[in-house]
Amino acid sequence: MAKITIDKDKCKGCFLCISFCPKGLIKKSSQLNKLGVTSVEFSRRVIHKDEAGSPAKGGGKSDKECLGCALCAIICPDCCIEVYK
Amino acid sequence: MMSKKILITGNEAVAEGAIQAGCRFYAGYPITPQNELIGYMAGRMPEVGGIFIQAEAELAAINMVFGASAVGVRAMTSSSSPGISLKQEGISYLAGAELPAVIVNVMRGGPGLGNIWPAQSDYFQATRSGGHGDYHSLVLAPASVQESYDIMQLAFDLADQYRIPAIILIDGMLGQMMEPLVIKSQIPNPKSQIKKPWALTGCRGRKPNIVKSFFMQQGGLEKLNLALQKKYRLIQQKEQRWEEMFLDEAKVVLVAYGTMARIAKAAIKQLRAKGKKIGLIRPIALWPFPTNIFRRLTTAHKQLKFLVIEMSYGQMLEDVKLVVNGRCPVEFFGRAGGGVPTEQGIIKKVKNLL
Amino acid sequence: MKKIFSRPKALRNQSTHYCPGCGHGIVHRLIAEVVDELGIREKVIAIAPVGCAVIAYDYWDFDCSEAAHGRALAVATAIKRLRPENIVFTYQGDGDLAAIGTNETIHAANRGENLTVIFINNAVYGMTGGQMAPTTLLGQKTATTPKGREAQVQGWPLKISEMLAQLAGVKYIERTSLYSPQEVLKTKRAIKQAFQNQIDNMGFSLVEVLSPCPIYWEMSPKEALDWIREVMTKEFPLGRIK
Repeated sequence: MAKITIDKDKCKGCFLCISFCPKGLIKKSSQLNKLGVTSVEFSRRVIHKDEAGSPAKGGGKSDKECLGCALCAIICPDCCIEVYK
Repeated sequence: MMSKKILITGNEAVAEGAIQAGCRFYAGYPITPQNELIGYMAGRMPEVGGIFIQAEAELAAINMVFGASAVGVRAMTSSSSPGISLKQEGISYLAGAELPAVIVNVMRGGPGLGNIWPAQSDYFQATRSGGHGDYHSLVLAPASVQESYDIMQLAFDLADQYRIPAIILIDGMLGQMMEPLVIKSQIPNPKSQIKKPWALTGCRGRKPNIVKSFFMQQGGLEKLNLALQKKYRLIQQKEQRWEEMFLDEAKVVLVAYGTMARIAKAAIKQLRAKGKKIGLIRPIALWPFPTNIFRRLTTAHKQLKFLVIEMSYGQMLEDVKLVVNGRCPVEFFGRAGGGVPTEQGIIKKVKNLL
Repeated sequence: MKKIFSRPKALRNQSTHYCPGCGHGIVHRLIAEVVDELGIREKVIAIAPVGCAVIAYDYWDFDCSEAAHGRALAVATAIKRLRPENIVFTYQGDGDLAAIGTNETIHAANRGENLTVIFINNAVYGMTGGQMAPTTLLGQKTATTPKGREAQVQGWPLKISEMLAQLAGVKYIERTSLYSPQEVLKTKRAIKQAFQNQIDNMGFSLVEVLSPCPIYWEMSPKEALDWIREVMTKEFPLGRIK
């Protein structure tokens, strides 16, 4: 199983990672970061409740796991994401 | 060191002088009356392993010089008045990034497209820093083909030493006339130049260098400006250069530079033959202006008049008035737009003042 | 577990001033990744533009110079001619490369200078507040085309890449985009090719990257990427141009 880490204090809240995660594992944070911005949070495994709004994966109500595809890291304009596999 | 004597134009003497001084990059664009310079460089620069580029415009040429200087190479461009106007942006950037470079202006009549005859109407542009911002370039004004050649070594050395642009101000007459030139045959080793640890060469073995003139952080630009001002004050103290003749007992002192100084000298010779006490100050550096000699003269001799003679309508005149500061009368005689004040005109004007 | 993706060494570890969702951050990283992978960090000399990326030199860990607006290719020409052993690239926006710098761009290309040019086309002038760029689309509203760009008044979006492709001195031009991670990877491949071309002494290589400007397009970052995919690529087709 793979995972990512997010440098939340560099995150500017563009939410592109959320859009492109095929498993819907990234969501908006409930707290503001040091930039005063709503950043994002990652869960390795999620039981979907329609919250992330990612386009690719067809939302379902089953468990999803991180693939380590790194699409989030590739699209992140601020190099906030590291990917482990 | 072997030397030889050749007959050559002022334009070409400037070019050869630059090569001898270690210039290894030239970018320029044709414009009369300096085409001999770019033509000479096209053939000569490759002979010494340097780079010659005929750029698409004067604007591109000065920016190429910026790049060449940024990598630590002695670099030069040349043009005439309208083309020098185009270069002002680039010169401001050179000054702000503290990059050395040499810019040759073979002045012609203006404003606008003007004509191709000599003028000295770009004194303000050169000494008041024709581009934007509080900066100065060194301005050097030779008065003969030999001096035009010799002064290039000084220009490149001072530009490198102080990290400042240096402008060589000559005019179309000096550029195109031919005179004997004693030329050093041996090419000096360009490696004998000053080291440039700030230059861009690829960051092997050191931290990366950045060449820039942009400082957005609080106080950053002011800090640069204060450093520049300190540099300029040092240059004003140390780099004044002028020629003086017959100043003791002079009743009238002519002040002229470049070609105008030669005509003034001819007038002085005639006047002195008739017993008139006429002296000359010929600034060789126009910036820094030779304030020292004027101060010394006007404190010692209160009874003299200055006559500033230019191929302009009174540009260096203002610097003379500024330093003399009302202690003595400062008069003016000039013509521009391609017209040249003559010996006879000068003599007549001097006689009116005596 | 192994770390399979992280910040490239040539990209300094700091926050950038770019807006959320701006394409500059992505392309800065791609260039840094390519520099790391080709092992050329100590040889690179970059020339930064005037525009939002004016302080790009604060984000990369290699030698950089500024250039006056539009003049980057003149500066780069001199640097590469004098130091052919260095890898010299310019990074320019649509104003820098195709408005004020058009003359320098065309002539550096025409001389066939062995340079790498990364051209960021976001169809607007970001730094100065969202004015029309040469590449602004017809109908696109900007600060200086409040009613939308009209061909009769402001002319048509400028296809500088297609124009440059006519020149014998130009060896490689590709247009890519950032509208999805897959497209970002295509952009990286093109950038790598453009750098490799210089290493191989092949000549003038340019990558035009269709890049989002969410703020001045008045869209969310995701909408901006979609606009590139659906609208911009119709005017500026992706792919190898030369």
